[in-house]
Amino acid sequence: MNPLPEHPDVLWRNPEPKRSYDVVIVGAGGHGLATAHYLAKNHGITNVAVLERGWLAGGNMARNTTIIRSNYLWDESAAIYEHALRLWEGLEDDLGYPILFSQRGVLNLAHSLQDVRDSVRRVEANRLNGVDAEWLTPDEVKKVCPIVNTSQEIRYPVLGATYQPRAGIAKHDYVAWGFARRADEAGIDLIQDCEVTGFITDGDRVTGVRTTRGDIATGKVALCAAGHTSVLADQLGLRLPLQSHPLQALVSELLEPVHPTVVMSNAIHVYVSQAHKGELVMGAGIDSYNGYGQRGAFHIIERQMAAAVELFPVFARAHLLRTWGGIVDTTPDASPIVGLTPYANLYLNCGWGTGGFKATPGVGWCMAHTIAHDEPHPYNAPFTLERFVTGALVDEHGAAAVAH
Amino acid sequence: MQLIECPWCGRREETEFHYGGQAHVAYPADPAALTDEEWAHYLFFRDNPKGLFAERWSHSAGCRRWFNAVRDTATYRFHAVYRPDEPRPVSS
Ligand SMILES: Cc1cc2nc3c(=O)[nH]c(=O)nc-3n(C[C@H](O)[C@H](O)[C@H](O)COP(=O)(O)OP(=O)(O)OC[C@H]3O[C@@H](n4cnc5c(N)ncnc54)[C@H](O)[C@@H]3O)c2cc1C
Ligand SMILES: [Zn+2]
Repeated sequence: MNPLPEHPDVLWRNPEPKRSYDVVIVGAGGHGLATAHYLAKNHGITNVAVLERGWLAGGNMARNTTIIRSNYLWDESAAIYEHALRLWEGLEDDLGYPILFSQRGVLNLAHSLQDVRDSVRRVEANRLNGVDAEWLTPDEVKKVCPIVNTSQEIRYPVLGATYQPRAGIAKHDYVAWGFARRADEAGIDLIQDCEVTGFITDGDRVTGVRTTRGDIATGKVALCAAGHTSVLADQLGLRLPLQSHPLQALVSELLEPVHPTVVMSNAIHVYVSQAHKGELVMGAGIDSYNGYGQRGAFHIIERQMAAAVELFPVFARAHLLRTWGGIVDTTPDASPIVGLTPYANLYLNCGWGTGGFKATPGVGWCMAHTIAHDEPHPYNAPFTLERFVTGALVDEHGAAAVAH
Repeated sequence: MQLIECPWCGRREETEFHYGGQAHVAYPADPAALTDEEWAHYLFFRDNPKGLFAERWSHSAGCRRWFNAVRDTATYRFHAVYRPDEPRPVSS
């Protein structure tokens, strides 16, 4: 295991907002910060502000369960998530900062004959796309993760699993701080406690943002506001195919290392890994209703715990330490929207639903390219807003390893 | 878990209900006349406000009937429930 990072005096400056920037990024989550980093690193664009209404990376970035994988079904998804995974593999060196990226593998369990067929199909599709993937029998699952209950007597027995050995987890806070530090070093202003409340427009261009710390003029605006993107787009009269939902997670007390990999189950919807410190980190599906309250319903937790204890009988004695919620924006085809908008200089990054952490470096890379060149990178080109009109959906709903 | 009021059965636990998304989305009056863009908006685009939202719920483990509600998406509080044939109540 990697050592904890040294505590430097300051990780980044805390500047006053200037009155104008070449680029304004709304939202200092992982995606906004990664976009800032790659704008500086890949394109030499540094007259940039990242505006954050709360504290840096305190949104979904601070709330997610940190699972990183690229075993998606469709070519478009596999390409962007695999691009991200390759960047994750070199990120610690790029950022000069530990991120505790641990490639401990992910198992996606199958519990029905249809699950098995879908999973085997996905393994083949992954391999065709150069993504590492294997199909494991229940006995092989047991070898990778001995604590999984592979008894065929339980209500939803494990009939096998897909396995992506290069998948894993990373320390989400360090990831955000690493990107923030690099962006700050490049001269980019990270401005916390600065909410964007509206926009100033001139025809089909956005010429500035209104914020709780005054108006800021800008050449280009990138929305990286995750679950709150609709709230912002409404200010521009821009309707988006997004629905925001609460998504919950929870952790146990600290335990000895018992869980060597990441296990996900779509059918009974629980996923579990063990954090570096020792907590069992668990997530489930979204709460069904729209919500911005950063908390969810208790029955979701109850169902998730019931599933977890049946799959991992050893968890029965673990104590739940805390639960929390984030707000995720979902799209009709369960794929993100990353690219251009009807406004000439407004760029959109949203709709990542329950799964955007794994994309953090990849989407930052693509957003920076889109902003710098005024056109999408080949990896984000399929993820347009227009696809809902043309019908060229990237329908990962039934296809991805897990629902979003 | 919160109690939700079914217009027919009264207050029941949230787990008895199924969520149906935005209310009052009418099927196009003249479907053949719609452009692709208008179809996209009918099929895929819904309001997503932070605040009051008129939405559909079904009392799926009770009377199995659909009804509408005005709920605050920031506090999750229900401000009104009403039958599908009733207009959205004026709420503040
Ligand atoms: C419980 C939970 C578990 C998850 N687990 C996983 C997982 O295991 N793997 C995975 O890949 N993904 C996971 N996700 C999803 C992932 O967290 C998100 O997809 C991803 O974080 C979204 O991008 P972001 O990091 O930029 O968002 P955020 O970190 O939410 O960043 C958006 C920022 O915008 C700010 N903002 C919003 N409105 C404004 C405004 N008007 N002005 C200024 N700032 C504004 C917010 O305060 C916030 O900091 C999970 C999410 C949750 C909630
Ligand atoms: Zn009823």
